[in-house]
Amino acid sequence: MAEFLMPSLGADMETGTVTEWLVKPGDTIVRGEPIAVIDTDKATIEVESFHTGVVERLLVGLDERVPVGTPLAVISEKVAPAARHRAPAPPAQAPPAGAAPVPGPSPEHVPAMTPLIRRLAAERGLDPAAVHGTGPGGRVTRADLERATAGEPAGKPAAPSAAPQTRIQKTRIQKTRAQVPAPARIKASPLARRLAAELGVDLRTVTATGRTGAIRADDVRRTAAAPPAPTAAARARPRPGMRQAIARAMSRSKREIPHYYLTATTDLSAALTWLRERNRQLPVPRRILPAALLLKAAARAVAEVPQLNGFWRDDAFVPGEAVHLGVAISLRDGGLIAPALHDAANRDLADLMAAMKDLVGRARTGRLRGSEMTEATITVTNLGDQGVESVHGVIYPPQVALVGFGRISERPWAVGGLLGVRPLVTVTLAADHRASDGYTGGRFLTAVDRLLNHPEEL
Amino acid sequence: MTTYREAMREAISEALLADERVFLMGEDVGMYGGCFAVSLGLLEKFGPERVRDTPLSESAFVGAGIGAAMGGMRPIVEIMTVNFSLLALDQILNNAATILHMSGGQFNVPLVIRMTTGAGRQLAAQHSHSLEGWYAHIPGLRILAPATVADARWMLAPALADPDPVLIFEHGSLYNVPGEPGTEKVDIVSAAVRRPGRDVTLLAYGGTLHKALSAAEELAGGGIEAEVVDLRVLRPLDEASIVASVAKTHRAVIVDEGWRSGSLSAEIAARLADRAFYELDAPVERVCTAEVPIPYARHMEEAALPQVPAVVEAARRAVSS
Repeated sequence: MAEFLMPSLGADMETGTVTEWLVKPGDTIVRGEPIAVIDTDKATIEVESFHTGVVERLLVGLDERVPVGTPLAVISEKVAPAARHRAPAPPAQAPPAGAAPVPGPSPEHVPAMTPLIRRLAAERGLDPAAVHGTGPGGRVTRADLERATAGEPAGKPAAPSAAPQTRIQKTRIQKTRAQVPAPARIKASPLARRLAAELGVDLRTVTATGRTGAIRADDVRRTAAAPPAPTAAARARPRPGMRQAIARAMSRSKREIPHYYLTATTDLSAALTWLRERNRQLPVPRRILPAALLLKAAARAVAEVPQLNGFWRDDAFVPGEAVHLGVAISLRDGGLIAPALHDAANRDLADLMAAMKDLVGRARTGRLRGSEMTEATITVTNLGDQGVESVHGVIYPPQVALVGFGRISERPWAVGGLLGVRPLVTVTLAADHRASDGYTGGRFLTAVDRLLNHPEEL
Repeated sequence: MTTYREAMREAISEALLADERVFLMGEDVGMYGGCFAVSLGLLEKFGPERVRDTPLSESAFVGAGIGAAMGGMRPIVEIMTVNFSLLALDQILNNAATILHMSGGQFNVPLVIRMTTGAGRQLAAQHSHSLEGWYAHIPGLRILAPATVADARWMLAPALADPDPVLIFEHGSLYNVPGEPGTEKVDIVSAAVRRPGRDVTLLAYGGTLHKALSAAEELAGGGIEAEVVDLRVLRPLDEASIVASVAKTHRAVIVDEGWRSGSLSAEIAARLADRAFYELDAPVERVCTAEVPIPYARHMEEAALPQVPAVVEAARRAVSS
């Protein structure tokens, strides 16, 4: 028996609200799978289970605000290894009329699928093995995922017998949120869509008054003006609590952490030349931005200087298990969030770049995971695109260091006694003096500089 | 108070007085006083050198106009109707519109061509079509559609001052319209808001402007405040003004006497989809001429053309869609 507790999704979190259960009693859950969607002051986050077992009971209702540590569910830890799927395997279904029979997936057989499909399925909370594949050899295609996401009523298993024409065998699906409108199903004018996005209105909650059944701008305004339903309130933007949450964390940081600051300027000509050469051979969507290179360098450098990678807890430094690089991301409606890029030091650049894009996208649509919120071991803030020259940041407690990158700009720079124009970046380190000294910090900056001068090693 | 016809005549008269390089030529512009009596009396006043009757050969006299313009003159060429202008299309498109480009910028063609367009006077198919949208397709030309007495009076001077060819389309139903020309100069680059409103934008020009204004009047009775935008310049379109109005009202009805397929209204609708998509709260509506040759019989001609009730209906559809 294990209890799933309201997690602390950040040092500053005191309470949270379950806005959605992704499991129901009787479901089998595997450690690491999302179990619930929790709303904090900062974001709506999918929280993963720490346990493998069967969900016995849910203890907390939806939209109930409870303190961190409150038991939310009981999970019996009888392992059910065979039960890969949360629901009983649906009976094999009849192929669509007139179509050649396609081998349907059985619970034991997970059809081949591309990494992209796996990722998309994971993002949508779909089990790809349970999606009916219509591709070659029963492979799950993107269209199948679309169908599975779009066609199923929220939270209810699709009963193949009741709806024999449906191709969907999935038993669990998340309610789509306002930020992810199901494309092409809601009829709304372009202006209405824009307003809905601006006002944080979920188009599915809007009553259409248009002659053709379309949602119009006025309908959105009316919904936005109406007193919001509790769930809508939890998801509405902007979040007034966000500012308070940042205020608490940053005040705590400045109150408790004796910061010291170091600055170094690094010549990026080698790095940028190398990156240009590399990008030349890549199609545009796979090209790598200098920011990814900077992140990678910071991650590798901190792996070499582990005294900066971890947490200050109970008057002692606790090193992080790996480098989970927190990336400060500004949200469109204001506010800031710093989710983790897991194991950033060991990921190759292309992977890191993709992960970075993914993280930024999800941060801005409120789809971060709990582990991303809690596990960052050091944070990087990059304000270069804002034209900032250098950032002397505030450490996000209980982490012990924060790395800042400024703008990459061309400046006169002397190399080997000769003056030239070089692309330079100012790298700063804010570190917790309880956990390390300036000498350690200096080693870190030296390592960043060395790595950026040997980009092929990154 | 004067009329559109008299305002046009006054503008030509003023141009002939102001610049000796200016002359008027076309079929019947001299002895007869112009097919629509625009140039009545000018021959007597300015003589046959400045007001020249031409043979019935559009290609020849438009070509001559182009040559004169390149030779330093400032010709105003009158073509009786847009239908006949197609006989001169080779000159207009292949010469007037292209010479600046093909000479590598060495030769401008400072030519003004005036012609009548539009239907509504029972002149049947060969005298009633609205082909200004075709000319608005051609790079190198500026296309004007004065719809008010003031525009008729004041658009000619800037058109003559333009170093490149300018085509002025005068809707045949406007010549008798009375109005105040005023003294304010007008430009030949921008659209004009003729009636402000907040609920829907009616985009019209030339002969359809007055129908749009009548429709706006009727809509106001029903509580719908329509903004009426007079395009005035069909090429280059004043996209900024169009988008600004639609950004205010979020709905657009285009009233175009051209046929719907491949028309100016199609161009505007496409640009709204392109530049104002997230401002639109309803599909763009178009009120165009039925895709038939304009009939002779009055009731059939009226049925084929955009009329006020159709504009009102389209506006209501847009507001309630």
